[in-house]
Amino acid sequence: MDMGILLSADQEVDFMIHGIFSYSFFGHQVWITTTHACCLIVMLAIMIFGFIAGRKMKHAEEVPSGFQNVVELIVEKLDGMVDGTMGKNGVNFRNYIGTIFIFILVSNLSGLLGLRPPTADYGTTLPLGIMTFVLIFFNKIKYQKVSGFIKGLCDPWVFWAPINVIGDLAVPISISLRLFANILSGTVMMALVYGLLSKVAYIWPAALHVYLDMFSGAIQTYVFCMLTMTYISDAMGTE
Amino acid sequence: MEFNTNFILGCSAIGAGLAVIAGIGPGVGQGIAAGYAANAVGRNPGAKSDITGTMLLGQAVAETTGLYGLLIAMILIFVKPLAK
Repeated sequence: MDMGILLSADQEVDFMIHGIFSYSFFGHQVWITTTHACCLIVMLAIMIFGFIAGRKMKHAEEVPSGFQNVVELIVEKLDGMVDGTMGKNGVNFRNYIGTIFIFILVSNLSGLLGLRPPTADYGTTLPLGIMTFVLIFFNKIKYQKVSGFIKGLCDPWVFWAPINVIGDLAVPISISLRLFANILSGTVMMALVYGLLSKVAYIWPAALHVYLDMFSGAIQTYVFCMLTMTYISDAMGTE
Repeated sequence: MEFNTNFILGCSAIGAGLAVIAGIGPGVGQGIAAGYAANAVGRNPGAKSDITGTMLLGQAVAETTGLYGLLIAMILIFVKPLAK
């Protein structure tokens, strides 16, 4: 009855998060799940790449070649994206946006390697959304001061304040749910293809991987970072 | 009145199917956005990359409502909140 709602699966359809082991944390039972493991693998991969790139750039050559070219290309593209969207304020946000861009991108693409993408867990995307929210709030207070913040809250009229508060609080929820739902739908669809059609699922699922994992993942990464940058530069106001 | 678990699961499946009708709206919206983007590229081919970026951003934002419907459907089918 457990999977009876699906077609008759000749193989268990499996895309859920699994617990690996649990431990007791101040009386609460806390699980280490596959999300943690995949997140650590992604972080490890990024860290190794960053370590090698850092060592390489210490002995940078005047005319770049090979690996140095790749590293410079990545950094230039990310910087160009941030500067193009945020203008002269972009310099302060290159680090943050570049970091979350690389993390989300590698997380989304990790579905190709058989990992369960860490971003297909709402526990990963909600903190990303909350970080965006904190940055928006902080920059609003910093650049528009408290008076401007309150003025923006009661924008057309004082009684609009509750609606504006709801609109502000909806930002982290919608931005995190968008990323989560996109990656989760890709994961679920691939699990359904491999679970229900396992007899005929040879070679052609690769096309689905290209769309669901690579295209969708890259677009959602771009969208998450673009929206974060747009909201932050909106919070800074136009001076 | 006591309901059979299978009956509740079947109704959940119908509800999930109804929830993904939410996909119609984003489909229409994304199509309109892509149509206008094609129009804009026809007028000004030099701004193709800018137009593509703006179009993809707008489409991804328009997609959100459809994704909410999808999430509701997935929760109904896989988490089974009503059958507990």
